[in-house]
Amino acid sequence: MASQTHSNTEGTHEAIDVPAGEHGAGFPPFDSNTFASQILWLAIFFGLFYWIMKNVAVPRLAGILEDRKDRIAGDLAEANRLKQETDAAIAAYEQALAEARNKAHGIAAETRAKLKAENEARREKAEADLAVKLAAAESNIADIKAKALSQVGEIAGETTSALVEALVGKAPKEADLSKAVKAAMN
Amino acid sequence: MANDPIHQFQIQKLFPIEVGGVDFSFTNSSLFMALTVAAASAFLIFSTSGRGLVPSRMQSVSEMAYEFVAGMLRSSAGTEGMRFFPMVFSLFMFVLVANLFGMFPYFFTITSHIIVTFALAMLVILTVTIYGLMRHGLHFFSLFVPSGVPAALIPIVAPIEIISFLSRPVSLSVRLFANMLAGHITLKVFAGFVVSLSAMGAVGIFGAVLPLGMTVALTALEFLVAFLQAYVFTVLTCMYLNDALHPSH
Repeated sequence: MASQTHSNTEGTHEAIDVPAGEHGAGFPPFDSNTFASQILWLAIFFGLFYWIMKNVAVPRLAGILEDRKDRIAGDLAEANRLKQETDAAIAAYEQALAEARNKAHGIAAETRAKLKAENEARREKAEADLAVKLAAAESNIADIKAKALSQVGEIAGETTSALVEALVGKAPKEADLSKAVKAAMN
Repeated sequence: MANDPIHQFQIQKLFPIEVGGVDFSFTNSSLFMALTVAAASAFLIFSTSGRGLVPSRMQSVSEMAYEFVAGMLRSSAGTEGMRFFPMVFSLFMFVLVANLFGMFPYFFTITSHIIVTFALAMLVILTVTIYGLMRHGLHFFSLFVPSGVPAALIPIVAPIEIISFLSRPVSLSVRLFANMLAGHITLKVFAGFVVSLSAMGAVGIFGAVLPLGMTVALTALEFLVAFLQAYVFTVLTCMYLNDALHPSH
């Protein structure tokens, strides 16, 4: 390692010492003989470069950036306009939806009322029919009952008459018989 | 001489021209100025030729450079400063491309010559002074009298301000020149170690690894310096232009 460092140092001396011996003319950047030529050519080429920048490159770049800025501003304005349109459309849609909902509610209520009325009517009619049928059936039952009851009296009279005849040996009188049957049945 | 770190700064005449005893030869420095201008112009013009609304990769590099310089100028000198934009942008691109060109092996670094950086610095300072005087007249000299300084201190503060104003072209040019010069010399010296150590046999080749690593690291550093010095030069230009626009600070 030490030998390497040593050779490094030697290299430095070589590298720096050699030119001083060889050229002797001095340090090129401080050689004033070249100044006039450098200034002249710098003026020519930098002047040319300035002209190109001023008349071609800078206006073109400025134009490109300006166009882009305008385009972005335009796009943003367009996006804003579209957003407003969308908002309006959403509002209109919501209003339409609310209206439709109200209308649907109305229709449903109406239909419900109509159906209810119809059912009511049908039910009343059926009840009336049933009442008529019930009344008819009741009167029928009453008739049959009355008829049956009258026949019961008759049968009881006949039976009583037969019983009395069998017991007494002589048929009772019709008037006595019906009187006794009526008293027993009541 | 391969190991001579100064050799790379040598001016060589390519087409000798002499007018009235003054040497105006077209040199390697002139050639690289021409190449710098050609490369920077060609890049900026061809990359933007599509004028794409959505930039291509190259176009966005150009746009980035534009926005970068515009941002610097606007933040230091305000919107008014944008009238100097072509000059500031030219300076930035010229110095940046010249510095980066210097990073190619065997390329001449034009910004490593004090006269070039001094000429660019004088361009800035003369622009500031002439524009400042044209626009504000004698009021421009209020630059040397900071507002809010007690009257008793003005005789002390004003000379300091004047000296600092006069030293601006020197500091502006020396900073760029010295950075490029020192960086290139250092790179060359370390690269030279690699060559001279390798010539010493097996131990030398092993030892050459250290300066080689150093050279790689320095190359990266030099790329950073190339950009940074272009940036610093431009930022200071913007701040000096601000003085021309608003002398009373």
